[in-house]
Amino acid sequence: MTPALAVTGLTVSFATDRGVFRAVDGLSFSVAPGETLAIVGESGCGKSVSSLAIMGLLEGNARVGGDLRLAGQDLLAMTPEARRKLRGADMAMIFQEPMTSLNPAFCAGNQIAEVLALHRGLSRHAAYEEAIRALDQVRIPDARRRAAQYPHQLSGGMRQRVMIAMALACRPKLLIADEPTTALDVTVQAQILELLDELKRETGTAIVLITHDLGVVADHAEQVVVMYAGRAVETAPGEAIFTHPEHPYTIGLLGAAPRLDGPRGRLASIEGTVPDPMHRPPGCGFAPRCPFAVAECTVTDPALTMLAPGHAAACLLAPLEAA
Amino acid sequence: MTALLEAYDLVKHFPVRDAIGRKRGAVHAVDGVSLSVAAGETLAIVGESGCGKSTLGRLLLGLIPPDEGQVRFGGEELTQLSPAALRARRRDMQMIFQDPYASLDPRQTVQDAVAEPLRLHRIVPRAGEIARVASLLTRVGLSPEHARRWPHEFSGGQRQRVAIARALASGPRLILGDEPVSALDVSVQAQVIELLRGLISEMGLAFILISHDLGVVRQIADRVAVMYLGRIVEEGPSEALLAAPRHPYTRALRAAVPGGGRRAAPVSGDVPSPINPPSGCRFHTRCPHVEDICRSVVPPLADGVACHLADRLPPFAAVVDRQPNARLVRLQSRFRPQGDAA
Repeated sequence: MTPALAVTGLTVSFATDRGVFRAVDGLSFSVAPGETLAIVGESGCGKSVSSLAIMGLLEGNARVGGDLRLAGQDLLAMTPEARRKLRGADMAMIFQEPMTSLNPAFCAGNQIAEVLALHRGLSRHAAYEEAIRALDQVRIPDARRRAAQYPHQLSGGMRQRVMIAMALACRPKLLIADEPTTALDVTVQAQILELLDELKRETGTAIVLITHDLGVVADHAEQVVVMYAGRAVETAPGEAIFTHPEHPYTIGLLGAAPRLDGPRGRLASIEGTVPDPMHRPPGCGFAPRCPFAVAECTVTDPALTMLAPGHAAACLLAPLEAA
Repeated sequence: MTALLEAYDLVKHFPVRDAIGRKRGAVHAVDGVSLSVAAGETLAIVGESGCGKSTLGRLLLGLIPPDEGQVRFGGEELTQLSPAALRARRRDMQMIFQDPYASLDPRQTVQDAVAEPLRLHRIVPRAGEIARVASLLTRVGLSPEHARRWPHEFSGGQRQRVAIARALASGPRLILGDEPVSALDVSVQAQVIELLRGLISEMGLAFILISHDLGVVRQIADRVAVMYLGRIVEEGPSEALLAAPRHPYTRALRAAVPGGGRRAAPVSGDVPSPINPPSGCRFHTRCPHVEDICRSVVPPLADGVACHLADRLPPFAAVVDRQPNARLVRLQSRFRPQGDAA
């Protein structure tokens, strides 16, 4: 089966006053229809830049390399105009803060209808009726009444549902969700994540979920890519990232998150800070902070190496310890 | 333990006006809250956005006056103090905010930011300021050389350390942290949590943690008060309360935290508006156990829980999160400082 999205050797660099800054360096993954792939990492690791590069939403000073294929179509070979037509139709994106993504001057129904009129050529009336169906599909009760409301009249969770309805209105092959629940309360977060799971089963849309929350990942993603300083350091099936992480960074991240059960011990501490992207150290980018690092780690740059089916880590020492 | 800070029946409503200034209702931010914190104790106030936890924090420190109720600090009633006396009291009560980018003045060096409370309360003579700031910075894990730098030169975690040093400068007895680690990445968050935990116990501070994150709460707090739409719905020792929550809302909050596999969302709908909140028990519109009495009668906080059905609810179906296996625990132990037992 052709993957909904195949990313091979994606690089993104920005020309700045201080020189060229490589934000993403050789990222590869693919997502099948109806599957969720999560990209996890901390601020500045390149996860959002990667998603903007896939969508074709980066500014002019960004240089994007590698190979991006949406259901087999070569995205980087397309004209800007052709890519613009794909956005909203075959690929869509939702963001952290729905209030800044919605236009406060239009009611929810009209904003969704605009997408349908533009990409599917529906008449105004037909598009609005279809928008109500889209709101119904994201489990908004009393969709017809809600469609006539403006963003400020909706709660945060409801606004994110409107964004999802808009993103999925044209049945895209790919939905990129960049921290879709970070601004929401935890009880609402649970509802939105459940909704995304149901919708991908119903529609076959592939989801790329960008998040910093490893708990969300393990519960909702079939595959995970852990990014550190612009690179994928580990890729694994969702469950395995918890049961058998291989990269020291992943292990540290898991230990740094406070848990709600088990002994209340000291949290793991990843000392130091992310390397300056302009002065990347030789060898492994995580070596200066890694408690496992040996001399060779500061010399040899580790490649992503397959350890088990679907599970790879970029660490010279992997597998770390036979379980 | 005698309480350092005590609050009784605090009420704070904010009027809501329409475009021409007519009063159209009120935000019931805090509606009858009583609590206390002892020296050396950490109390967490937990809830979702709009539950009134930040307003409650401001009331507790006397930053805004309550409509009704009292706050006593060290036996002294804050609401009766003159503005000047209240300002002097601030020396004993300090605050740390969520966003250190916003709470530090970009035109002040770290030296000036940390020395400001020292001057304000005339704590050390000018000549002693540099040494005092250096010792405060060391205490929060920064180095004395950082004093000459500007806030923009620091990462988010370091800035929060500066904010903590500034809060400690006046030698307070109570610190209130309003989401102090929420804006930080998880690895940095862990470092700041460990720092706060160490400082609180070494200095015997009373600490009030306002947070929406149950994991952070469990890591720092001895006691937890859960708020929903302006009221405390459950209160108790943090370990027991999180392991076996009794109020349906606390149960929903606990079950909604991701980490244990795909679970059905525990409750539907959003938090209702605090303008004209629901009658009776404010959670009744979302509660899976709701009965008639819940819609009309406000449940009192009795024996740590404010729920009419508390005695009759089914036992909490324990949420089982993924447990780190033995290998993972061994590997993670390498990320702790050497010689540090658990």
